[in-house]
Amino acid sequence: MELLYFGDKGWGDELFFATLMTIAVSITAMIIGFIFAALFTPLKLSNNKILNIIGNAYTTVIRGVPELLVIYLFFFGGSGAIMFVASIFGYNDYIEINAFLTGSFSIGIISGAYSTEVFRGALQSIDNGQFEAAKVLGFNKYIYFFKIILPQMLRLAIPNLSNVWQITLKDTSLISVTGLVEIMRQSYIAAGSTRDPLFFYSFAAVLYLLLTYLSMKIINRLEIKYSRGY
Amino acid sequence: MDFDLMFTSFPKLLGATAVTLKLLFASLFFGLIIGLLFAILRLNKNIFINKFAYGYSYVFRGTPLLVQIFIIYFGLGQIEYLRSTFLWVILKEPYWCAIIAFTLNTGAYTSEILRSAFQTIKPGIIEASKSLGVSNKIIFFKIQIPIAIRQSLPAYGNEIILMMKGTSLASTVTLMDLTGVAKYIISTTFKPIEVFIVAGGIYLFMTFIVHNIIKFLEKKYYFNS
Repeated sequence: MELLYFGDKGWGDELFFATLMTIAVSITAMIIGFIFAALFTPLKLSNNKILNIIGNAYTTVIRGVPELLVIYLFFFGGSGAIMFVASIFGYNDYIEINAFLTGSFSIGIISGAYSTEVFRGALQSIDNGQFEAAKVLGFNKYIYFFKIILPQMLRLAIPNLSNVWQITLKDTSLISVTGLVEIMRQSYIAAGSTRDPLFFYSFAAVLYLLLTYLSMKIINRLEIKYSRGY
Repeated sequence: MDFDLMFTSFPKLLGATAVTLKLLFASLFFGLIIGLLFAILRLNKNIFINKFAYGYSYVFRGTPLLVQIFIIYFGLGQIEYLRSTFLWVILKEPYWCAIIAFTLNTGAYTSEILRSAFQTIKPGIIEASKSLGVSNKIIFFKIQIPIAIRQSLPAYGNEIILMMKGTSLASTVTLMDLTGVAKYIISTTFKPIEVFIVAGGIYLFMTFIVHNIIKFLEKKYYFNS
């Protein structure tokens, strides 16, 4: 138990901050995923064939390729791509991108593909009459989308988004391979220096269980909030 | 775009695909057995057996697969007692550790899929067969299992694809599977995009095949339930 003491003696504080890092990466990745979903969901539902193919290619490729491979692509390719863009603007020094940004971006792209599917499903299951009625009543675009379609879509999407959140949270363990100090990386360091991998990895498992358990509690509340009136 | 690299790395990656497929088939096979076992335990009336099966699936679905592999590969070796038993022959091999971790992980998901499939079988079907004097064994194997298989096919197809992606984690415990070799080539040539296209293409091709097999089976086992 003294392995978990806070301060210099134990690994308690390190693991605590690593847990905060995992939460931060998960939330950032989830938000980046929403941005991707907001871009690609309209493409998937569009009537234009080419836009449709682009939308489908995104979700098919990302959901069919291992997360680890996507992470390696951005980890090894990310700084190269940014340096290429920078060299166009005349900046030729080596640029190292922050592990946090690479990590959240690659997990975000993955979680975005799942979110896109969820939003597409939710939009498609809203009754057509809702769209038509909102148009007939002459609401402007802002009210049409934010006050009529979005709340209905969220009600249908939240249960599935909670799955996406769980997937995203667990996927963040994979960015430990890039050196970002989150739960998995910190346990790896602690296990290496104390030669007690069984304890630290089991403790990491407990931390992840705690995170999934607590987030389920919060999401259940949201679900109740958004299904008022049903 | 370095097409030469894509051509030279393709056979290497294809060879590594064999490792990926071996891991996948072994863990799906054992995972299905474990999943079926725990699905039956979940339907048991005894509250302790029920809670035990629920706990198993909750823990393995609530933690990342990477943690599970690390506990088994790095963690279990620490227990002195295990080192003296015959289990150590298995546990010192990263290959078997990966299969054990994947099996337990996919077993947890499979048990959930099968449980919900068993629960959707209408009680009327079982009551009808009981009143016709069909034995419990036949009810289970000839009526409940075929219906459950049909019900769980779409979800199980997803699970196969998720597991295929999961086998990429074997590369973290020194196994040279498709992702492991891809990473090795990327880190020696620094051409991530080319390697990603080839390796990703192989994965997508496998996904495509699994998807179509499941579609075919769904059609074959189609009936009005």
